Amino acid sequence: MSFVFYVLAALTLAGALAAMLLKNTVHCALALTVAFAGLALLFLNLDAQFAGFAQILVYIGAVAILVVFAILLTRGSETPRDGVYSRNWFAGLVIAAGVFAALSWAVLQSVRVLSNETAEPTVTAMQIGNALVGRYVLPVEIVALLLTAATIGAVIVAMHEKEDPK
Amino acid sequence: MIDHLDQFFVLLQHWLVSFLPAFLRPAASIVLGVAAIVSLFPALFALTTVFERKGLARIQNRIGPNRVGPFGLLQPIADGIKSLTKEDIVPLSADAAVHFLAPVVLVVAVFMGFAVLPMGRNMVLVNMDAGLLFYFAMGASTELSVFMAGWSSRNKYSLLGAMRAVAQMISYEVPLLLSSVTVVMITGSLSLTKIVEAQNHYSYGLPHWYIFTPWGCAAFVMYAIATTAESNRSPFDLPEGESELVAGYHTEYSGFKFALFFLGEYLSMFSISGLGTTLFLGGWSAPFSFLTWVPSWIWFFSKLMLSIFIFIWLRGTLPRLRQDQLMNFAWKFVLPMCLLNLLVVGLWRFMGDAWLRWVLCSAVLMGAYASMSWVEMRRKHIGPRSYRNAE
Repeated sequence: MSFVFYVLAALTLAGALAAMLLKNTVHCALALTVAFAGLALLFLNLDAQFAGFAQILVYIGAVAILVVFAILLTRGSETPRDGVYSRNWFAGLVIAAGVFAALSWAVLQSVRVLSNETAEPTVTAMQIGNALVGRYVLPVEIVALLLTAATIGAVIVAMHEKEDPK
Repeated sequence: MIDHLDQFFVLLQHWLVSFLPAFLRPAASIVLGVAAIVSLFPALFALTTVFERKGLARIQNRIGPNRVGPFGLLQPIADGIKSLTKEDIVPLSADAAVHFLAPVVLVVAVFMGFAVLPMGRNMVLVNMDAGLLFYFAMGASTELSVFMAGWSSRNKYSLLGAMRAVAQMISYEVPLLLSSVTVVMITGSLSLTKIVEAQNHYSYGLPHWYIFTPWGCAAFVMYAIATTAESNRSPFDLPEGESELVAGYHTEYSGFKFALFFLGEYLSMFSISGLGTTLFLGGWSAPFSFLTWVPSWIWFFSKLMLSIFIFIWLRGTLPRLRQDQLMNFAWKFVLPMCLLNLLVVGLWRFMGDAWLRWVLCSAVLMGAYASMSWVEMRRKHIGPRSYRNAE
């Protein structure tokens, strides 16, 4: 755990906190982008170049843009008068804590399972590509099918209704 | 002597760094490289503004800037002083923090892209294994800064311009990536230095640049279209169409912040032309084998300036597209052609070295383009010109 790690972790956490606490929805989206960037830098700090750059390309380049588009196209960024906090925040807190506990349990378990890893693994982009079209080709294809279905659905939603001839 | 000239900047860097104690040397050489990029490309930007204004003036039968210095060459200095001394106006209802951050984020993200471009033999700041991916990751981050600028200004023209710009950049990023992927498929590496090395061979005195293969030529055309749209240049300059949107997303920027947007736009044009040069035009390699004695960086920058010239030429020649034409063109023509080209590259890769692959790949591509244009032209009904209002 180096000094750089703590700086990046603080940046990511600050971005995520700001995304929850800020009042203006567009500000929240921009703060979320900071959190995404922090995660990407954490990947790079771990020498995972491919994962880090893919994180920037997909999350900052596409997901963040999608989020701001969704905000602007639906109801604008103006803050409602009665505040932005949901009334059933307690249930949300419990669910978030549950998910966090499950994930951290899994991460801590993995230390015991993979304890015999001695050297740092070096993964190149080529190995990732080979794995994606070799061993993991079925999951990739299933995700691709899902995304295609989503795209077709979006087109159908956005399509003009046929006007009735009068 | 020739070798020394070729490696002039590398040797200069080593020589300058050698004055420092050993533990400072790695950091100092990186700082020197960054300083070179940060000073060189804005200087090139200043030159290009004069070049562009002169070129456009020539195309439009005017003289262009001719008051400041000989042939108006000192015009960028006057412009720079003007934008530095102008008052920086921030609209009262603007979101001050985001309004300030937008040009900064843009320029920083654009400058990052130069880090992986090989500008000559051994002249690359960071020789990254995933260089191309890094470049596109940085390019994707500029979209958000355009949105930030447009949204934070609280101006309908700014917001409309930003929405147009972001929609356009997202639509044309897909063909940009798909046309670059072809090069990666053939080279088998994402590293830009390796891509240049793979093209730096000669047979019969002619280079093995990717643009001289059927798939490479098709991919380069698509890449050129996509880059013109990505850098918001004419004919794809709808985001700042001055007849409709004042100045698009930077309407509410003045003084040096406006200059930063201007700088960012031109720098992204330079870097994306540099990437195109690296991917398809052989990067720093010479166009003929008997010209290999010319320093490699001269070739890189000549090719870069040639691309810039073509950008300016297009701007002086073509009218602006309409929004629906822009989107239809991206999704119904450029994208299918890029996907077809991916298949052709696969064929090329696995057909071996025979001449048959030249015939087959060219036939597939030319057949596709010819049949598509035939279908489109039949749908057009081109006849004598008709006037709606002036009859």
